[in-house]
This record gives sequence, C-alpha cells and structure tokens, in this order.
Amino acid sequence: MLTAAASATQIRHYQRLWLYGLCALIFTFLIVPCVLIVPMSFSASNYLEFPPRAWSLRWYREFFDSAEWMDALWLSLRVAGLTTLIATPIGTAAAYGLSQMPERLTKPLRMSFLLPMIVPNILVAIGVFFVFAKLGLNNTVTGLVLVGVMLALPFVLVTVSSGLQSFDGNLERAARSLGATRLKAFLTVTVPQIKSSIAAGALFAFVAAFDEVVIALYISSGENSTLPRRMFANIRDQVDPLVAAVSSVLVVASIVLLLIVQIAKRPEKGAAR
Amino acid sequence: MTSVIAAVPPASSDASYFARAERREAWSFALLAVPGLVVIGLLLIVPVGWLFVLSFIGKDGGVSLENYARLAQPVYVITFVTTFQIAGIVTLGSILLGYPVAYLLSQLSPRAAAICMIFVILPFWTSVLVRTYAWLVLLQRRGLINSWLVSLGIINEPIPLVNNFIGTTIGMLHVLLPFMILPLYSSMKTIDTDYLKAASSCGASPMRAFWDVFFPLSRPGLFAGTVLVFILSLGFYLTPALLGGGRVSMWSMQIATNVSTYSNWGAASALGVLLLVVTIAILAALNKVFRVDKLYGGR
Repeated sequence: MLTAAASATQIRHYQRLWLYGLCALIFTFLIVPCVLIVPMSFSASNYLEFPPRAWSLRWYREFFDSAEWMDALWLSLRVAGLTTLIATPIGTAAAYGLSQMPERLTKPLRMSFLLPMIVPNILVAIGVFFVFAKLGLNNTVTGLVLVGVMLALPFVLVTVSSGLQSFDGNLERAARSLGATRLKAFLTVTVPQIKSSIAAGALFAFVAAFDEVVIALYISSGENSTLPRRMFANIRDQVDPLVAAVSSVLVVASIVLLLIVQIAKRPEKGAAR
Repeated sequence: MTSVIAAVPPASSDASYFARAERREAWSFALLAVPGLVVIGLLLIVPVGWLFVLSFIGKDGGVSLENYARLAQPVYVITFVTTFQIAGIVTLGSILLGYPVAYLLSQLSPRAAAICMIFVILPFWTSVLVRTYAWLVLLQRRGLINSWLVSLGIINEPIPLVNNFIGTTIGMLHVLLPFMILPLYSSMKTIDTDYLKAASSCGASPMRAFWDVFFPLSRPGLFAGTVLVFILSLGFYLTPALLGGGRVSMWSMQIATNVSTYSNWGAASALGVLLLVVTIAILAALNKVFRVDKLYGGR
C-alpha cells in the first residue's frame, strides 16, 4: 500500500508521509476549537477548565432558564427567519435576471451585489448606525432584518447563480415555445430544477443573518440584543462556561445544517445535464 | 406612405432592429435585479457615502481635510503598521498551512477528499464568535495549550498567549485559513494531471514535476486566496477585539474606538474611507489579472 503510486508523478505513499502528517496536524488545528467547546460546556465549575473536574448540565439550565438569553435567541431566530424570507426571493430574482443578460452588462451588477462581502463590516456598522439613528431604526427588528437582507444577498446570489449555470436554459425555451408565459416557464420548469440551490442560498442567508455580530454591536442593545450580541458582551466581560453551552448548541446546529446541505446537494449533481 | 413603412417592423434582415430588441430585453431582465440593488444602495451605499461626506467635514462644520491630516499622528501610524504586520503574518501563515492541505485534497480520491473537506467546511460554517471564544479558552493562562506546553517541559510556567499579538494572530489565522484553502483547492482541481504524467515520463523527478509544472499552474488560486485573506485581515474586527485584550490596535478597532469612546465621527469616517480605498485598490489591482467575481463565486 505504502509503495503504491500516490500521484501522476509516481511518487510513493511512503515518500509522502510527511505531507499526510502535516495535513493531519493542520486539520487538528482547524477542528479542535470547533469541538472542544462541547465537553467544556458540561463543566460544573464556575470557570472554564479542560477536562472539567465535575460534570453537570448547570450551564445549559442557566441558558435555557434565563429570560434574557431566551429573548436573545428568539430575537435572532426571528431576524434570521424574516431575513431568509425576504432575501431568498430578491436574490433569486436578481440571479435569474443576471443569468438572462449578456455577460458584458452583468459584470458591474454582479460586483455591486458582492459589495456587502467586500466592504469591511465595521465601516458598514458605523454608517448604518448613523443613518438608522436619523430614521429611528436602531434597536428595532426592522433595522436588524434590513441589515440581514443586505448581508445575505451576496450568498443567495452566488449560490443560485451557480445553480443556474448548470441548468439547461433550453428546457425553459421549450416550455415557452409550447405556450407557457415567461413567468410560468420560470416557476414550473426552472425553479424545480434549481430548488436545491435556492434552498442552499436560503440556508446561507439564515446563517449570515443569525451569526452577524459586528453590526449588531451598534444597532442592537438592551432588550433588543441578538444572541451573538449578548455572547460578545459576555465573552468580553466574564469568561464563564455559559457561553460554552450556547456555543455548543450553535456548533451542533451548524453540523446539522452542514449535513442537510450535503444531503440536499447530492441529487442535483446527478440531475444536472 | 413613408409613415406606414416606419410603423411596420423593418424587414427581418435588419440586424440593428434585433440588436435593439435584444438590448431592450436584456434591460427588462435587469429590472429583476432592482429590488436587491435598492437594498444594497440604501443599506450600504448610502451609509458609507454618508461617512465619506462626514470624513471631509472638520470640527467647525466646514469642508476640511483635517480628519485625514490627523491620520499621520503616531497613534494611527502604529495602528497601520500593526494592521499590515498582522495581515502579512496571517496571510503568510495561511499560505504555508493552506497550500499543503489544498494540495492533499486535490490528490485524494473524491470520496476521501469529501471526508477531509469536512475539516475545512465545519470551521467555515461555525460562527466566528464561537471560534474566537474557543481560542480564548484554549490559549488562556490556565488553558489547554499552556498546560500542555508546561507538562511537555517546553516552558517552565504559563506564558501569555492571549490578550496580545500572538493570540490575535492565531485566532485570525484559524478564521481565515478556509478562505485560502477553498480557492486554492478549486484551482488545483482544474489542473490536468496529464501534464504531470508528461513531466515524469520526460524524466522529471516528482519534486521537479511539482515545482516546474504543478506549482505554476496553481498560481491563480494561490493569488486569489492570498488577496482574499489579506483584504479580509485588513478589515477584521471581531477576533482582534476579543483576543487582543485591548493591547493590539488594529485599523477596524481604531474606527470603533473613535466612535464609541470619543464620538469622533470625522476621524472614524476618515479611517474607514481610507480602509475601503486600500481594500478596493488591492481588489482592482487583482481584477487586472483575475476575475474578482469568480473569487467570491467559489463558495
């Protein structure tokens, strides 16, 4: 096995052991901070330690029993949910529109849609705070959702655009030549073909809005603090295992979401072309 | 008579008629992008534009460059130097760690690559806040890393790994590494292995085939990842704010401090506008050699 050729250059596996070892170390570096939080969150002590000397669920109880934390979680879920409902159709419409236009016209438009990813968050944060202060939108759900939609659009656009790239536009032309209107052809032929890309885009939108913290530091406070906003304050002011419990819940949630995406992606690959 | 002819569509051979019709249709599709552009215009262009205006307004309310002139003060110069240092180290670190991983992923069978990819994607999906918090815990005085280093005899007593330059760099490297690996991997996947076979059948050693054939072909991805990591590092806020412990002053934190501590919007805006200009200049330079929208499309 070790003497088998490992690549097109006929290098042997044993000659590459260093590469495998190095990558194993880098994978450890990447994954450990994401999973080590979980055992720490079951600690019974007042401060973080690894491994915990005594196990308990007290930090989870504290999290789920605290009205403040539950309000923050509920607010974040609502903001992320509303963002997804708004950003997904807007982003899908834009992606479809751009896919039908000649490429030389779409480049500047595509770049504008990517701006939320390019402009540093802190700059957007203070700018939005300044504008929202004039409009009375600071500390409101509306304000948080508006920002969420803006941040989520690039994710929806990029994901749906890549789905449209592997979609055969002739199917839609066929539907139209058989008498379907443009809208009907889009809804009954195109959308079902790219639905898993749209779903992945929606998921990205949800995660982008849910995880947002830098802008929330400015436009969300007090009773209207999002979950990441409250976590940030807690991490800065006191390092106790409560945030570890919240983080573990989020890590498990992201693993579940990742699995859903992986499973949802698979059928489309087979269907393309 | 002429008016009748003009009312009827020109003969089908008239190419300019079709070109016009096609252009009209293209613009009607552009309407579909309007709602999204409005959102980005109102929530991004307007606020940032406002800051742009503010940055040119002095203390007395008149137009002035004083906010920019102030950026030459030592406190800001130190910030710029620190920011570029950290961005440079993080970028270099992500090349050194990211290249071998992307290379390995590109050589594995699809199934093995998919499994190894989890190690890259899971951190990518996990909230930056959660990961930064994890590093805070791992690197603290009584944390796991310090106790390992002590028990292995590498150090005699715990060393400060967090609330300083080291902690900030490690945390940022962890957050940004996937942004190096993903574009590198997607560019390495497109390299035709026949070139490598050709090189080795012409007598090149695996080492020579790698450096003379594979590496040059992987340069677009390397270039894209490098620029992506570098510009993201320049504007990074969360990780330095939590892992720097107030001792590391990065560009974005200086913007935040000017707003929250000094309520100095002029200074904050000038810093922000300069940061944006530097970021866009780097991307524009990149755009000459590489399509920037593809960079973000690799996600």
